[in-house]
Amino acid sequence: MAELTYRDAVARGIAQEMTRDPDVVFLGEDVAKAGGVFKATVGLLDQFGPLRVRDTPISEQAILGAAMGAAMTGLKPIAEIMFSDFFAVCFDYIANEFPKSRYMTNGQTKCPLVVRTGNGAGSRFGAQHSQSVENWCMMIPGLKVVAPSSPVDVIGLLAASVRDPDPVIFLEHKSLYPTKGEVPDGEILDTLGTAKILRPGRDATILALALMVPRALAAAEKLAAEHGIDCEVIDVRSLVPLDTQTILGSVAKTHRAFSVEENPRLCGWGAEIMSIIADEAFYDLDGPLVRITTPHCPLPAADILEDAILPTVDRIVDRVRKTLNA
Amino acid sequence: MLDKATAKPATKTALNDDIGEATRLELYRSQVNIRECEQRAYDLFLQNLVKGTSHLSLGQEAIAAGFATAMKKGDLSFCTYRGHAHTLARGVPFEKVLGELMQRDNGLMRGKGGSMHLMSPEHGVMGSYAIIGAHLPIACGAAWRAQYKGHGDVSVCFFGDGTTNIGAFHEALNFAAIWKLPVVFVCENNFYMEYTPIGDVTAVPNPAGDRASAYGLEKIVIDGNDADVVYRTAQKAFEKARSGGGPSLIECLTYRHSGHSRADPAKYRPEGELEKWKERDPIKIYRERLKHFGIGDDVIAGIDAEVKRTVDEATEACKAAPNPPMDILTTDVYADGGFAWRN
Repeated sequence: MAELTYRDAVARGIAQEMTRDPDVVFLGEDVAKAGGVFKATVGLLDQFGPLRVRDTPISEQAILGAAMGAAMTGLKPIAEIMFSDFFAVCFDYIANEFPKSRYMTNGQTKCPLVVRTGNGAGSRFGAQHSQSVENWCMMIPGLKVVAPSSPVDVIGLLAASVRDPDPVIFLEHKSLYPTKGEVPDGEILDTLGTAKILRPGRDATILALALMVPRALAAAEKLAAEHGIDCEVIDVRSLVPLDTQTILGSVAKTHRAFSVEENPRLCGWGAEIMSIIADEAFYDLDGPLVRITTPHCPLPAADILEDAILPTVDRIVDRVRKTLNA
Repeated sequence: MLDKATAKPATKTALNDDIGEATRLELYRSQVNIRECEQRAYDLFLQNLVKGTSHLSLGQEAIAAGFATAMKKGDLSFCTYRGHAHTLARGVPFEKVLGELMQRDNGLMRGKGGSMHLMSPEHGVMGSYAIIGAHLPIACGAAWRAQYKGHGDVSVCFFGDGTTNIGAFHEALNFAAIWKLPVVFVCENNFYMEYTPIGDVTAVPNPAGDRASAYGLEKIVIDGNDADVVYRTAQKAFEKARSGGGPSLIECLTYRHSGHSRADPAKYRPEGELEKWKERDPIKIYRERLKHFGIGDDVIAGIDAEVKRTVDEATEACKAAPNPPMDILTTDVYADGGFAWRN
């Protein structure tokens, strides 16, 4: 057991899989010699050499297209798109190519690849380098979508993604890179499609993803200490496949559900989950389903503004408390 | 491919040049295969038996035939939505192609892909891509795999003149050049990007050829209606790719006899242009070539008749084939065979 940053967990996860399987290759902008702009891939070039860890030009379409061609013909590529906002310049592969090739060809082809990307706000980079784009990906049949919140989950879910036979969008949160957590020694392999109950509770279920997970946990502690409300916090982790059983099981116990979403409000992942709860667990509920999100607004650059627009611990506490009339 | 029984021995020594009789008959048969099948696809569309859209390669057959004949088993073809020709040229049966165009259960993808998405990995056809430019980077990736694994195969990527103005074309060319990938990019310049003359919307006269120097590549512009020229150019590019010399970009000048898609009567073409190009019909050119080398009319007519008969049989089989069953509606979304996204 050792303490590791989320950033270093990325490199360890990639190294674990590249060591295991020589068909795993890695490409992206500044990922090799520079070790990544977020320093999440330091050391991989030295360990695996320039044939397997490759710097690319600023050509997001070429990066994702090449990953697909390699995946279709037998490799297991990990492609990095530096900022998830850049999905918009290579969205053809994410929306049209990776996810549809198997279906369109009646199962004649495969696309086992992982797209890693720096997602989310908190770096004061403004509207085009800070977005949470998980809902851009979640709505596309054929993709899997994962967003870890801790170092151990980074390694375990990345390993599961690399070994998965389908295209996986792996969203790393930029603001979590410096955070630390305990990581066991040896190989770590997790399972896609599994949510984790991080804090058991009786009074309300709080669903969160990535950077919103530590905020939901902090809010739960405050709600317990200051208002006597005992919240169950679930890290959703995997949007596709989605572990609805863990979520529905929790709601059956607490009778209340809140989602904490970093994405702008419209069509966020919480809307899909809340519709499932409304459809399948309506009679378990004691109150309205509440989504706590960033407003329908681009992200500002200034720290004071950016901090104010995202869901905060206080906003979560306030919404839960008012909804429960506590 | 060559039917030895109908092939007469060469009567002129010239036939035994670098291409030779057997390959020439293969090149001819391949072009006739495409012509007959594409013409049939059009006829079936008029009978409302080909549904959706379709993009024919009538008039462009020499390019598909020339490249496919020069390919080895294991080489990979990447096509656009105008991909019937390249799919047929790699040996995919007529029935599989026409069945998909007719959206029947016997089609290549049992009706789930349609005309624009023909794929048959067992024949080296790695897909037909309907988003302009998308498959150039994908071909790069397949070539990267060949390079990394030392497999020795070449990825061949076909596209139209219109593709040279989209970003993915330029990203892929640069990418292939810097990584020295074994990929051959083939621009079928038929002078129209859909309905608009390519010259009206392109900064240089040769949409692919004049871009080659930007990526450190040789400018190669060839007669795309002469299968011999195409075949020789392909061989040279494949040899370069296989020997670690990196990518090539080849612009083949050609002309489509039909409109862009089935919805297009091609009324934008100046009077006489089609007729002028029909004088340079690749199949007409190649018949004369075969005759020049002493191959008899009976051999040529024999190939024509055999191809027509095979296409007729395929057509009847497709007409008799059932529609796709409902149990494939949501299969193969994910690798587990289904479409489940939740537990």
